[in-house]
Amino acid sequence: MAESYHLLKRADFIFRNENDWEEILTKTIKRTPQDIINELISSELKGRGGAGFPTGLKWKITAEAKSAEKYVICNADEGEPGTFKDREILSRVPYKVLTAMAVCAHIIGSKKGIIYLRGEYHSLKEALEKTISEFEYYCKKIKLDFSIEVFMGSGAYICGEETALFESLEGHRGEPRNKPPYPTIKGYMDKPTVINNVETLAHTFTIFKYGAKKFYDLGVQFSRGTKLFSVSGDTPKPGIYELELGMSLQDFVNEFGDGDTKAVQVGGASGFLVPRKKFQETAIGYQGKLTGISLPTGGSMMIYNSSRSMFNVLDNYLEFFREESCGQCTPCRVGCQQLLIGIKAVKRGERPAQYLDKLLKLTETMQLTAKCGLGQSVANSFASIVENFREEMIY
Amino acid sequence: MDPIQSLIKELAVKHGRKRESLLPVLQGVVEQERYLSEHSMIEIARELDLPAAEVYGTATFYSFLEHRKMGRFIIRICKTISCSMKGKNQVLLAIQDMLKISTGETTPDGRFSLVETNCLGLCHKAPAMLINEEVYTDLTPEKVREILSDYMKK
Repeated sequence: MAESYHLLKRADFIFRNENDWEEILTKTIKRTPQDIINELISSELKGRGGAGFPTGLKWKITAEAKSAEKYVICNADEGEPGTFKDREILSRVPYKVLTAMAVCAHIIGSKKGIIYLRGEYHSLKEALEKTISEFEYYCKKIKLDFSIEVFMGSGAYICGEETALFESLEGHRGEPRNKPPYPTIKGYMDKPTVINNVETLAHTFTIFKYGAKKFYDLGVQFSRGTKLFSVSGDTPKPGIYELELGMSLQDFVNEFGDGDTKAVQVGGASGFLVPRKKFQETAIGYQGKLTGISLPTGGSMMIYNSSRSMFNVLDNYLEFFREESCGQCTPCRVGCQQLLIGIKAVKRGERPAQYLDKLLKLTETMQLTAKCGLGQSVANSFASIVENFREEMIY
Repeated sequence: MDPIQSLIKELAVKHGRKRESLLPVLQGVVEQERYLSEHSMIEIARELDLPAAEVYGTATFYSFLEHRKMGRFIIRICKTISCSMKGKNQVLLAIQDMLKISTGETTPDGRFSLVETNCLGLCHKAPAMLINEEVYTDLTPEKVREILSDYMKK
């Protein structure tokens, strides 16, 4: 795979200040839905929330679903530890997201959009609503029947999971639903729904403006385009950076590390921890999910240097999962608690080191049997930390 | 009609009485009252024609919908990894020391409540906290003492 890596390349599309959204919107909705969908599909844009479903395909399936009522939902429930890109998009270039939502609505035949904004971002609400009212005013002018509502979350990580988000919007506890059926067929209020991450929508604006080819030419095979990375931890340059997908982790560390980087957590607490010896062979993109060669990410890149105890890191992650598990399914609810109790018992010497293997087995069970991504992904960080830093878990 | 009943009626008129309105109504009460009392949850159930247990079950699911009496200013300090790495504990100690309360408590005068919260999405400006909806970042013990002194004058 080494030949498919490229050097770390910065880009500037998302935050480029462009004052032509009215023109882009008017121009794009004049095209046929089929034409726009084809363009999105050929750009190979995949969802930027972390899961990586092809965006064009999502819009296509929803467009083809038969229903008088459909919805466009922007997922702004950004709760993954280490991720803070969506907040910046919504505060700096909100009109790109709104334009994308309107185009999507036009294609699928929807009149209503909702932005589900996490409770922690309440301070963004007022400005966002002001932008929306200007936006809706323009929509009326061009006879586009589309309105957008901001719905506030109330502090629950799980509500970023798309079906839990629908439950929350419908006035229930944010507990994930069984899939299938998928949101494209049965989403919010059981109607066909396109639900996209904030960043995904912002990228479609880039594609509408510059064309699919421009986007496709960035990145590498299976991981096209650029991505926003939220960089935090032991770095002299914390912040948000737009980079082409497909760079090696080594290049990333050379650019953002402090010279003493011991490990990088790719994809937040639900992602993978990569130790120093694997920086060279690890790329950041979508292909080869779970193979340890190319890691998908919602953008969170947390850097740890030699001064950090990986036990403390894992302890903090598990504490997070234990509190944020919705509690609906047993593997996740009980599993998260037992993992936390387990590593503490090993650390205190109340359990032998081999007990870690039992805990690894438990994460395998969680990965297989938990109902949604939260319970399943605990295995990612747990296994990658325990396997690579076993001695730190014990002594 | 007591003030809570009329507040809930007002919110129900504004947001509607469908199940989808439950969260906005709960949020509206929390905004005014700072928390959801048993009385307000029962009143919401009555107004929206829902079982009270459903209202309670939904309300207690969300960490920002407090169901214990909270202070006028709720301090939520982020305890997730990036903040924890950048000295969140020292900041927390400074707050506790200044307000003379532990995490999870409210000052006797009912002005401040202190809680820890999961990721605020401000990892690059850690440590971070919210006071009600106001965001504070790059905290140090000195900085947090200054911020709190300002709040104490309010």
